Amino acid sequence: MSTPVTTTRDWQAPLMAKARWRPWEFVLWAAAFALPLVFPSHSLMVNEIAIVALFAMSLDLILGYTGIVSLGHAAFFGFGAYAAALFAKHVMPDPTVGLVVAVALSALLGLVASVTILRGSDLTRLMVTLGTALLLLELANKLDWLTGGADGLQGVVMGPVLGLFEFDLFGRTAAWYSLTVLLLLFVVMRHIVHSPFGATLRAIHDNRLRAMAIGVPVAARMVTIYTVAAAIAGAAGALLAQTTGFASLDVLAFDRSADVLLMLVIGGVGWLYGGVAGAIVFKLLQDWLSSVTPQYWMFWIGLILVLLVLVGRERLLRPWTWFGGGRKA
Amino acid sequence: MLTILFDGIAYGMLLFVLAVGLAVTLGLMNFINLAHGAFAMAGGYITVFAMQKAGVPFLACLPLAFVLTALAGAVLERLLYRPMYGRPHLDQVLFSIGLAFMAVAGLDYFVGSSQQNIHLPEWLRGRTEIGDGAFLLGMGHYRIFIIAVCALLTVVLQAILTRTRFGSRLRAAVDDPRVASGLGINVNVVFLLTFAAGSGLAGLGGALGAEILGMDPTFPLKYMIYFLIVVAVGGTSSITGPLMAALLLGIADVAGKYYIPKMGAFTVYLLMIVILMWRPQGLFTRKGAR
Repeated sequence: MSTPVTTTRDWQAPLMAKARWRPWEFVLWAAAFALPLVFPSHSLMVNEIAIVALFAMSLDLILGYTGIVSLGHAAFFGFGAYAAALFAKHVMPDPTVGLVVAVALSALLGLVASVTILRGSDLTRLMVTLGTALLLLELANKLDWLTGGADGLQGVVMGPVLGLFEFDLFGRTAAWYSLTVLLLLFVVMRHIVHSPFGATLRAIHDNRLRAMAIGVPVAARMVTIYTVAAAIAGAAGALLAQTTGFASLDVLAFDRSADVLLMLVIGGVGWLYGGVAGAIVFKLLQDWLSSVTPQYWMFWIGLILVLLVLVGRERLLRPWTWFGGGRKA
Repeated sequence: MLTILFDGIAYGMLLFVLAVGLAVTLGLMNFINLAHGAFAMAGGYITVFAMQKAGVPFLACLPLAFVLTALAGAVLERLLYRPMYGRPHLDQVLFSIGLAFMAVAGLDYFVGSSQQNIHLPEWLRGRTEIGDGAFLLGMGHYRIFIIAVCALLTVVLQAILTRTRFGSRLRAAVDDPRVASGLGINVNVVFLLTFAAGSGLAGLGGALGAEILGMDPTFPLKYMIYFLIVVAVGGTSSITGPLMAALLLGIADVAGKYYIPKMGAFTVYLLMIVILMWRPQGLFTRKGAR
C-alpha cells in the first residue's frame, strides 16, 4: 500500500521538474553578463534591453499568468522612474537605496490601483488601467514645480553603485547594474510563478469562476500579483531613470504601455523568458527600423501588431505550424 | 455659465456622434476597436481636402465624409476585422492599436504632421447672445448647427434600431448569431452594414469636429480615451446610455477646463475611474452592476 507521502511526491514531481533550472539558462545569463565586456560599445543597448525585459516580465505576471488585460502598465514604470529620479535629486544619490524606495512606492501605488481592476469585464479593466496611466501622466505634466513638466526632470546626479562603481559614459556599469537587478528580480519572479501561489494564478487565468469554486481567494490573489507586478515595473522605471539620469513624460506615455504589450506578445505570454526574448527582438527591430525610417517607426510597429494577430500569436513562435492550413486547436 | 453649459452640450453631442459607432461595435458585436478614432480622422481629413483642394461646399462635405468612411469601414471589416470577432480581447486590442498606429504614421507620411483647419461658411461663423450677466448665453452658430445635426442623428438612429426590420435583425444577430442565421438572417451582412454605418458616423463626427477638436495625425490616439469613456461609462446596452455619458463628459470637460484649468483632463479621468469602480458595467445599463 502506498503511503500518502509517496503519492504526494508523484504528482509534485512534474511540477518540481518544471521549476528546475535548465543548463541553457545558466549559459544565457552568463552570456548576458559577458556582453558589456565583449561589445563595450553596445553597453547602452544592453542596459536598455535589460530594463524593458524587466518591464515586460512584470506585465507578464498580470497578463500572461493571471489574465488581467492592462493598457496602462506604464503607470508603474513611470511612477518608479519619477520616484527614483526625485529621490536621487532631493534626498540622496545612492542608487541602491533609491531603487528600494522606488520599488516600495510603486508597490504601494499598485496596491491602491489594484482596487480598480477587481470588478467588471475586460473592457472595464482596459479603461481603468489606461485611465490610471493617463491620470499619472496628467499629474506629472501639471505638477511642473516637482517633475519639470514637459521639459522632463533634469539635474539628476547618481552616486556610485554600492559606493564602489561609478556610472561611466559608455554605460558598462549601467548595463551590469541593470542586469544584476534583472537577474535578482527574475529569480524572485521565477520562484513566484512556480510556487503553489503561481499555480493559483494560472487557475484564475484559465477560469476565474472555477478557481473561485475550488477555494482560490481570487480577489486577494489578484491584489497581490498586481502589487508585485507594479513593484517590478517600478524597479524597471527606476533603473531607467538612474542609468540615464533623466525622467520625462514619455515614461508614462501610452506608447510605452503599447510597446511593452507588443514586446510581451512577440516573445510569448505566460512564459518569463518571453519578456526577455520580446525585449531583445523589439529593441533590435526598433534600432534597425528607426535607422532606416526614423519618423515612421510607429507605422512599422502597427504593421507588426496587425500581422502578429492575423497570423496568430501562438503560431509565431512555432514556424512549423505556419503552413498547416489552419489546423489550429 | 450658461455658455459653458451650452458649449459642453455641443461638445458632448459631437463626442456622441463620434463614439456611437464604437458603442455599436463594442456593445453589440463585443469587439474592442481602438482604431475607431482613425475613421473619425479619415472623415475629418476628407472634409479638409474636399474643401481646400476641390472646393466642395461644407454642407456637401458632411455626407461625403460619411459615405467615404463608411465604404472604407466596409472594406476593412470584410478584409481585416471579421476574423477578429471571435478572438480573445487581447488580440483585438493589439490588432486595433496596430491599425491606429499605422493610420497615424501613414497620414503623417502623406500629409505631414501639421494641424489642418477648415474654413467654415460665413453663415456658421456668427454668434448669438441672449440674456446678460450671469445668465448670458452666447451661442456660436456652428455649435447650434452641431447640436441640431447630432440631435437629428440620434433620433434617426434610435428609430432605426427600434422601429425598422434592420434594427430587429441586428439585435437578433447580436443576441445569438447562430439562431439568427438559422432564421435566415444573413449575420455577416448585418454586421458589415452596422460596422460600415458606425465608421461612417465616426467619419461624419470627425468632419463636424474638425473645427472644434482640431485635426492632426495624432487624433486617433488623443481622443481614443474619450470615445472609450463614452462607451464604458454609458454602458453598451442602449443608445441613450452613451448619449447621456457623452453629454456628461462634454459638460464636465468644458466646465473643468474653464473653472479649474490647472487640473486639465485630470478631473475627467478621475471621474471615469470612480464611476467604473462603482458600476463596472456602465452607468446606464439594464442589467446593473454585477
